[in-house]
Amino acid sequence: MRNFIGSRSISKISYFCPKSLTEALDFLDNCKENVKILAGGTDVIPAVRSGKLLLIDNINILDIKSIDELKHIVFEEEGLRIGATVTLSEVIESEIVKNNCPLLKKAIDQIGSMQIRNWATIGGNICNASPAADSAVSLLALDASLRLQSKGKSRLVPINEFFVGPGKTKLKSDELLTEIIIPKRNGNSTFIKLGRRNAFTLSLISIAVFVQMKDNVISDIKIALGAVAPTPIRAQNTEKILIGGKITEENLKTAVQTIKEEINPINDVRASSEYRRDMSGELLRKALINLFGI
Amino acid sequence: MQVPINTRINQRSYELEVDARTTLLDLLREKLDLKSVHRGCEEGECGACTVLLNGKPVCSCLVLSPQINGAEVLTVEGLMKDGNMHPLMKAFVENYAMQCGYCTPGMVMTSYYLINTWDDFTEEDIRKGLEGNLCRCTGYTNIIRAIREAKKYKDAGYWW
Repeated sequence: MRNFIGSRSISKISYFCPKSLTEALDFLDNCKENVKILAGGTDVIPAVRSGKLLLIDNINILDIKSIDELKHIVFEEEGLRIGATVTLSEVIESEIVKNNCPLLKKAIDQIGSMQIRNWATIGGNICNASPAADSAVSLLALDASLRLQSKGKSRLVPINEFFVGPGKTKLKSDELLTEIIIPKRNGNSTFIKLGRRNAFTLSLISIAVFVQMKDNVISDIKIALGAVAPTPIRAQNTEKILIGGKITEENLKTAVQTIKEEINPINDVRASSEYRRDMSGELLRKALINLFGI
Repeated sequence: MQVPINTRINQRSYELEVDARTTLLDLLREKLDLKSVHRGCEEGECGACTVLLNGKPVCSCLVLSPQINGAEVLTVEGLMKDGNMHPLMKAFVENYAMQCGYCTPGMVMTSYYLINTWDDFTEEDIRKGLEGNLCRCTGYTNIIRAIREAKKYKDAGYWW
């Protein structure tokens, strides 16, 4: 049998597939740098194949997909808690997610294809830290937190602070993302993704908006964008303009202008920077019109 | 590194030693000689290597072979019964739902899942369901026709 992934031969690997979280954390504590965490592998395997990810000799592959402790979806006091290795399909099909967090369902429904969603995990989509990750965009608007665990330690990091750059996060080499926590909040939300085609496409831009109203004015709004900066980002200047007011023709215009100014999109094979800048304003307009029915 | 695994493939149990750096696609094609599983883009874009893993369609090129330990895999070969084509395959043949045929096994596995999962569906549902299977001949119309016909077979009790 061919000892390589696709057409690229890869070096020898050690494969470890623990059944419990304790075993996995012990393993990370022992190996530290020389380890690559694998869940669905839908990002890792193509990256190895294309040469974007080079695995050093005898690297330890830690496969966390069989750990039952990371497969929960529960709704309780703290909010909605989703285990890191829940697959994207399981998120979409979950009644709990549908009833309590429709925004997340809507965003994840548009990731990859059915085959990818059946195998890829939500934790993997986050830790891969793609600037275009649709799950991350919705989780930013939902103000989610991530539980990062290492041997004997656990910390919560707001997703807003988790991403450092393309493919880079605050996850330390002995840490594992174990769950995503979405706080309980009532409000309306919307998610719009712009791609080059209708299905199975990468985001040129995606936008998620979560809004809370009080006495007919916006008491809180969270706007998140994908693929317009080195990481998925919140548009906090634009949020500030909208909080405390109503949606009028005038402040809609200001918001659209502000969002265009506060993002920093790149030119790439999928779209130009100017196009992304213009379209993010238009997507914001569309999202707010969707939400407020104006 | 060789990893021992237990798995069920096409209703048969296997105890295998697999190289950790190979994919399920390699295992099925090269070791078990299941050539219906086609090697396409090998990055999860085309769906030619689609198999059912624990009942759900996945791209076998994106699954590392040790990851199927304890799991159940189904390929087109496993749809055959006593040498007879599955009614779904028959519907594909009868509706000319293939041109070059390269995408066909993946299309069949995805449609098998869709027909078994949905009680009823529209053409739009089928199109969305097949988003992960590319036909470079662009012969989608007949594929959709075949899936509708297969659904009739299933409703009439001609199915397994």
